[in-house]
Amino acid sequence: MATATIADDLRPLHHPKSWIGKYVWSQDHKVIAIQYSLTAIAIGLVALVLSGLMRLQLGFPDTFDFIQPENYLQYVTMHGMIMVVYLLTALLLGGFGNYLIPLMVGARDMVFPFVNMLSYWFYLLAVLVLVASFFVPGGPTGAGWTLYPPQTILEGTPGHQYGIILMLASLAIFVVAFTMGGLNYVTTVLQARTKGMTLMRMPCSVWGIFVASIMGLLAFPALFVACIMMLLDRLVGTSFFMPAIASMGKELGYEGGSPILFQHLFWFFGHPEVYIVALPAFGIVSDLIAVHARKNIFGYRMMVWAIVIIGALSFFVWAHHMYVSGMNPYFGFFFATSTLIIAIPTAIKVYNWLLTLWRGDIHLTVPMLFAIGFLFTFIHGGLSGLFLGNVSVDVPLSDTFFVIGHFHMVMGVSPILVIFGAIYHWYPKITGRMWNDALAKIHFWVTFLGVYAIFLPMHYLGMLGVPRRYFALGETAFIPPSAHLANEWITIAALIVFAAQMLFFWNMTWSLFRGPRADPNPWGAASLEWQTPDTPPGHGNWGPTLPTVYRWAYDYSVPGADRDFTPQTQPPGGAGRYHAT
Amino acid sequence: MAVAVVIALLVLATIAFHMLSPWWMTPIASNWGSIDTALMITLWICAAAFVALNLFLAYSLYRYRARPGHTAHYEPENARLEKRLTLWTGLGIAGMLAPGLIAWNQYVTVPDDASVIEATGQQWQWGFRFPGQDGVLGTAAVAHINADNPFGLNPLDPYGKDDVLVETNELHMPIGKPVKMVLRSKDVLHDFYVPQFRAKMDLVPGIVTYFWVTPTRTGTFEILCAELCGVGHHAMRGTVVVESEADFNRWMGEQMTFGQLLAEAEGDKKVQLAQASAPRAGGR
Ligand code: HEM
Ligand SMILES: [Cu+2]
Ligand SMILES: [Cu+2]
Repeated sequence: MATATIADDLRPLHHPKSWIGKYVWSQDHKVIAIQYSLTAIAIGLVALVLSGLMRLQLGFPDTFDFIQPENYLQYVTMHGMIMVVYLLTALLLGGFGNYLIPLMVGARDMVFPFVNMLSYWFYLLAVLVLVASFFVPGGPTGAGWTLYPPQTILEGTPGHQYGIILMLASLAIFVVAFTMGGLNYVTTVLQARTKGMTLMRMPCSVWGIFVASIMGLLAFPALFVACIMMLLDRLVGTSFFMPAIASMGKELGYEGGSPILFQHLFWFFGHPEVYIVALPAFGIVSDLIAVHARKNIFGYRMMVWAIVIIGALSFFVWAHHMYVSGMNPYFGFFFATSTLIIAIPTAIKVYNWLLTLWRGDIHLTVPMLFAIGFLFTFIHGGLSGLFLGNVSVDVPLSDTFFVIGHFHMVMGVSPILVIFGAIYHWYPKITGRMWNDALAKIHFWVTFLGVYAIFLPMHYLGMLGVPRRYFALGETAFIPPSAHLANEWITIAALIVFAAQMLFFWNMTWSLFRGPRADPNPWGAASLEWQTPDTPPGHGNWGPTLPTVYRWAYDYSVPGADRDFTPQTQPPGGAGRYHAT
Repeated sequence: MAVAVVIALLVLATIAFHMLSPWWMTPIASNWGSIDTALMITLWICAAAFVALNLFLAYSLYRYRARPGHTAHYEPENARLEKRLTLWTGLGIAGMLAPGLIAWNQYVTVPDDASVIEATGQQWQWGFRFPGQDGVLGTAAVAHINADNPFGLNPLDPYGKDDVLVETNELHMPIGKPVKMVLRSKDVLHDFYVPQFRAKMDLVPGIVTYFWVTPTRTGTFEILCAELCGVGHHAMRGTVVVESEADFNRWMGEQMTFGQLLAEAEGDKKVQLAQASAPRAGGR
């Protein structure tokens, strides 16, 4: 297949002339990637601190006077929203997407570098608007990260004055930022691949990010619309989501709206969102496993198709978050079936990761350790999702700590483990330095074992019926004292995990200045980004000529080859077999 | 190396945790055993997958660890193996989906002989209404809500006059009778949840939602609100007392109907008016 590529065009790159142009108003995808990542990590730290505060309250109720029901709900809301949208989505797509796509497909930059730059600045604006809500009268919204109306905008909900307006505005701005970034990722993959880089030769990382970007472009508009409609309900008294209501004894002027309509819009975005986070993580972890097991990813074609199918099907399952929402209960049959069907391509991916390790040459490097941690937590979280998807089983479990346990395992912990693995994996390319291996391993072990200690017991508290978003469990006969004790242990585990993250930040900062110089390709990886002429790659990535690709990204341990990896840029000839691509 | 052992130990630890954990479903007090069954089937299938996959992971990590002289095998795909795995997964999925859907079919099919109880939610308390002698709940709307008519019943609707109103957080139910719980909210979303019943459903302002349940065990159980409804969410508690039909009827006899409440309110007003019109020295 002839590849149409515009990557090699002769348009001059916008070479920056000053320090500000190079590092602040930069149009270089690598700098933008780092800007995105650092901003996401900074706001993610806020969310981490908030989770610590929630855990303190749950583990030791009546101990911390400054935590009142209002604050607790604000922590829950801001923690959830920041983690899902402002940390994970921004880091995986804005951060990794920006850094990896052009390098992995052999492009000089994103197709629209200026729009790409704007994408970051809009994202930063969204974060600043969100942070501003901590400082307005009434504080940030405490409506839960799902922002369900009518509660969101009524008295009796913290932040109903200003916090909610800022939250909705921030989300709308975020969607604008995402759209600008997403268009870049999609067009760059479609239009800027270098010579020989067919779609079926792309690394799984690119596939995951590519499909997730398309999904984002289709799903985020639903959130955008929902935010605008709710802003109108709040500010000008429309009734999109508001039926006739009496709040605190007074009748409000609303009439005729539907709270469930909001839930449909929210989850039409919200469910694909879970996969917008998961698919890049799936792709990246595939690459980590293949490189560090020195083996081609098993069933590459199936892996790619599974990503595409999961992406498509995830638009048909949103109402599995709404089994007990009061929507027509007959929808339950359809959504349970479609949800459980998604489990099949997902399971295939898990099998293929395991079969990649099978008969591999497994190097237990730090990135590999994180990939293994991912496999374990993802298997756990994926399976507990089958409970919640299986409509009738969801009835007793919904809105309990089982849900908290499940989604943290599947979309909190497992993507975060991949992100850590990925940072450790690409750090040498990004900075030209190696990190401290011993610290990194401690970081892995404490994090991995710690999160399991946090989230495994939560499933059982949920089975017992402990409800979520509760400031305090109070006097409740069906909750035995041992459950309160479990909450204390969970909190202690959470604080330990929290402390371990400081090791990570210390290690990364220290290594940036003091780490040993990295080899351009320390892992012996075959994909393009490790074959750049400079490490870290310069502006334009490839020097005077673009690389030419002759094979897929997974030629590891090819029988008869002289090394256990064959770079994608190595022409055919000599020993070696080819995967038909 | 260590990681292979740890993964295997985590599998064992998880099984041990499951067996030793004192935190498990509360003893059931309703007809929803089919939900518990679907849950247990799901659990067994998932547990089998969890153990098998992770032990395979641990074994591969141990068996194929990097050692001098060891190289990886080159095998891009194996379509036959992948097809077989897909088939087995499909069977597992069908095995848990089927009992789940069967239970759901029961959940959405209210028996014809079910009596009706309405639960109303408002920030942050419960109220309950029984249809009274005529067996029909009168119409209600937010527009009718006032101090004398907290449930918002239509005062002109004859079906509403005999409705029995319970303005406390305590609900009584007879044992062994199917009940259709109809749910109504005056303000925000709430969710009627009794852990021992297993069943739950949101209360949504603007519409009436429902589920059904047959209590099978006498006792006093807590009603929790399971949908975030503002700062008082965690404190929005109620109790449901499941008792014999005779006890239930006795309790029912002590409750007031809407008609009686209206009459009482009227009486109060007359008294107040009489007082207000009495001349008072030094008053405003
Ligand atoms: C060690 C790290 C973490 C801890 C200790 C933690 C803890 C918690 C706690 C205690 C809650 C509230 C439970 C409740 O009252 O219902 C919560 C909610 C939540 N968390 Fe985390 N969390 C962590 C990391 C994450 C990550 C990485 C994500 C990313 C997906 C995440 C996403 C959420 C979401 C979406 C909610 C729900 C908020 C809501 O109910 O509105 N968390 N977390
Ligand atoms: Cu409530
Ligand atoms: Cu509530």
